[in-house]
Amino acid sequence: MSKEKNFFADRDIQIILGTLLRVGVIASMSVILIGGLVYLGSNHSEIVNYSQFDSVKSGFSAVSDIFIGLGDLKGSAIIQFGVLLLIFTPIMRVVFSIFSFLIERDYLYVLIGAFVLCVILFSLSNKLVG
Amino acid sequence: MSVLLFTIIVLLGAFVAGLVGSLTGLGGGVIIIPLLTLVLGVDIHYAIGASIISVIATSSGSAAAYVKEGITNIRIGMFLEIATTISAIIGAVITVFINPSYIAIIFGVILLFSAIMMVRKKVDHSDNDTSGKLAVFLKLNGSYPTDKGMQNYAVHNVAGGFFMMFVAGIISGLLGIGSGALKVIAMDNIMRIPFKVSTTTSNFMMGVTAAASAIVYLHRGQIDPGIAMPVALGVLTGATVGSKILVKTKTDKLKIIFAVVVAFLALQMIYNGLTGKL
Repeated sequence: MSKEKNFFADRDIQIILGTLLRVGVIASMSVILIGGLVYLGSNHSEIVNYSQFDSVKSGFSAVSDIFIGLGDLKGSAIIQFGVLLLIFTPIMRVVFSIFSFLIERDYLYVLIGAFVLCVILFSLSNKLVG
Repeated sequence: MSVLLFTIIVLLGAFVAGLVGSLTGLGGGVIIIPLLTLVLGVDIHYAIGASIISVIATSSGSAAAYVKEGITNIRIGMFLEIATTISAIIGAVITVFINPSYIAIIFGVILLFSAIMMVRKKVDHSDNDTSGKLAVFLKLNGSYPTDKGMQNYAVHNVAGGFFMMFVAGIISGLLGIGSGALKVIAMDNIMRIPFKVSTTTSNFMMGVTAAASAIVYLHRGQIDPGIAMPVALGVLTGATVGSKILVKTKTDKLKIIFAVVVAFLALQMIYNGLTGKL
C-alpha cells in the first residue's frame, strides 16, 4: 500500500521535473536567439578574434554586468542572459528535487540535495577564479 | 573572418554535432571543440566554455523527455552528483593552470577512448540479486518500465561507482565535455545498473555537473556570447532533429563511421598538442 503511494508520488515529481527542464530550455534558447539577432544586427561585419584567450577582454562575465548590459539592450548581454537562464535550469531542477523529497519525507535525500546545491552555490563565488 | 561568416559556420557545425551526437550517444563537445580549435583557430579555453553550454542544452533537453517516461533514477542521479559537482568545479578551476597543449592531448585521449566505447559491444550486467548495504541504505535500487512491464534492478558497488564519477567530473570540468563514456563505465560496469537507466540517469546528471563548472568558466570570461550563441542554438536544434529520426534509423553503421571520424579528430588533437600548435 505504502509502496503504491510512493510510486505515484515519484511519477508526479518526474512529470513536473520534465516540464521544468523543457520550459527552462525553451525560454533560454528563445532569449539567446533574440540576443543573437540583435548582436548580428549591429556586429555582423566586425572581424572575429578568438585566437588568444584573454580573461580581461571578455565582457559580461559577471552577473551584475549582464543585467547592466540588458538595460542597454546590447545583443551580447541578452545572449549572456540566455546563457545564465540555461545554466540555472538544471540548478532549479536540484532545488525542486529537494522540495519534492521534503514532501515525501525522505530526509536523507533532502540532505543530499541540499549538499549538491551548496556545492553549486559555492561555485558562484568569484574567489574560485584566479 | 567576419562575425556573420563565423556565426554561420559554427551554427552549421553545431547542428551537425547535435544531430550526430543524439544518434550515437556521444556529446556535442566531441565535435564542437575540434571544430573551433582545429578549423577556426579559436583558443581552446573559449572552445571549452562554448562546449559546456552545449552539454547543458542537450542534457536538459533530452532529460526532459526521459524523466517523464519514468526510466531515470532520480535518487542515483542526486547521490552521484555529490561526486560530479565537486570534481567538476575542481576541474574547471585547474583548467587555466594547465598548459593548453596538455589539455589538447588529454582531450584527444578521452576522444579515442569514447570512440572505442561507442563501437564496443555492450554487455548488460544488471541483475536482481541482493545489492550492497550502501545501496539499500541510500534507496538506490529501483524499477523501470520495459515491454514486459516493470523490471526491478539491484545496484552494486556504490563506493566504486562514486569514485569513478569523481574522475568523470574532473575530466568534465577540465575539458568542458559531458564525459559520458566514463559515466557509462561507472554505472553499467561497476554499479551494474541496466543500460536504459544508466544512460538516461547519466544524461540527467550531466546538466547539473556542467552547470557547476559553467559558472566558473563564466566568471573567468571563457563563455563568449559570440561563440556560445551559435553553439547553443545549433546543438539543440540538431539534437531535437536527431531524436526525432532516431526511432526510424539503424545506428550501428553510423556509429562505426562516427567512431572513425572521432578517432581521426582525436589523433589531430594529440598531434597538435604534442607539436605545441594548440
